Amino acid sequence: MIVRRVGHHAVLVEVDDAAAARALHAECVRRREEGLLAAVDIVPAARTVLLEGVSAALVEEIPGWDVPALPAEEAAPVVIPVTFDGPDLAEVARQWEVSVEAVPRIVLAAELRVDFCGFAPGFAYLSGLGRAVARRESPRTAVPAGAVALAGEYAGVYPARSPGGWQLIGVTAARVWDADRDPAALLAPGAPVRFVEAP
Amino acid sequence: MITVVRAGPLTTVQDMGRPGLAHLGVPRSGAADRGSHRRANALVGNPEEAATLETTLLGCALRAEASLVVAVAGARCEVFVGGVPAPWGAPFRVGPGQTVDVGPAHAGLRSYVAVRGGIDVAPVLASRSTDRLSGLGPEPLADGHRLPTGAAPEAPDHLFGRPEAAPAHATELELMPGPRHDWLASWAALTGQEWRVGSGSDRVGVRLEGSPLARSRDGEIASEGIALGAVQLPPSGHPVLFLADHPTTGGYPVIGVLTPEAVDAAAQARPGASVTLVLRGGSA
Repeated sequence: MIVRRVGHHAVLVEVDDAAAARALHAECVRRREEGLLAAVDIVPAARTVLLEGVSAALVEEIPGWDVPALPAEEAAPVVIPVTFDGPDLAEVARQWEVSVEAVPRIVLAAELRVDFCGFAPGFAYLSGLGRAVARRESPRTAVPAGAVALAGEYAGVYPARSPGGWQLIGVTAARVWDADRDPAALLAPGAPVRFVEAP
Repeated sequence: MITVVRAGPLTTVQDMGRPGLAHLGVPRSGAADRGSHRRANALVGNPEEAATLETTLLGCALRAEASLVVAVAGARCEVFVGGVPAPWGAPFRVGPGQTVDVGPAHAGLRSYVAVRGGIDVAPVLASRSTDRLSGLGPEPLADGHRLPTGAAPEAPDHLFGRPEAAPAHATELELMPGPRHDWLASWAALTGQEWRVGSGSDRVGVRLEGSPLARSRDGEIASEGIALGAVQLPPSGHPVLFLADHPTTGGYPVIGVLTPEAVDAAAQARPGASVTLVLRGGSA
């Protein structure tokens, strides 16, 4: 664990992998809920957790924390129905060296989890595919809301129409983001997720 | 109620933004120059959470439907009420049907127009701020828009703030080494040159143009959380100073972090202006 200062009011904690980042994020949230940590934002990412709105003294304190590993899955997964009709299915199949029909099977079998959010409100980086996909060489100027896509080691669902460079494999009617709903985000860091075939 | 007579090139509703939601990918947003937003609010007796209007370079004009108490802070400019000069940096009254005209900035970029009671558009995720990155919050002002104002807070007039001196519009921005400062080949190359504020600068970030900075290493870092004021080094070598609407995560190294005062000053830096970056407190 490496703790770095980020200006006057933030620290960045770097850990070994995504699982350690999830565990550290959970520990930070627990400490904040118990009044042991004052932080405005706790932002997990691939291998880091950023704490914003904190005292710089945390740089010395955090390495002494006991961060328990996350327990095996206890929460029910968020289920996202997907229609696999994306324009990049063939490209993903080519990269994975499988048939086009095999791509949905692989994605449906994956036990996914939200590693972190970013890019846009409600855009969750879902790990657990077990294989990687190169992003498109030139991003699309407009990807529709609900597009289910792959890039790097992650799967994701576009929460709103936006430019995007991920490989599109399908679409869902699930609204992963609705600012008027509470909670606005369907997929929060740490949540287990399963894709199912839309009826 | 207020009617927008002249929206200006970009005038948005801003408050203190949406802190606490970065883990969901929601930018903090809020006033780009938070100090000036606070001062404008204080001048009319509002708490800092009240929404103000943030103008860009050319100001805006607003017609009051009912009597209002208004103050303008941030970038210094001429202010007129019904064609008659009104003070900048002090509260004044606007009668029903009168138009307050906030002129082009003499120096700086963003003026803040506070109305006693605040701009009372519908909040989104507990904030009225327009977020130019994610699209959350109200649309930027357009001519003819009508904006509700909130109930005046119970504060006697003598609690109103004092007239403000114009901010210095510092051309020296203080920063501390960032979490990835070791990716920068030469700290002297960052602090030893005059940077020009690029025309692509916006509420997301100030894009600096100058001699590109070399990296000390190749490769990429995995996406990590970005703090307000982060100085990011993209592959182009031209650093970006992240302002209120910055993305919540990013994959380019953060080589420095502006002080909170420098964030406000950076938000007042005009495209084409020169700025230098100054290391705060010791060496890297």
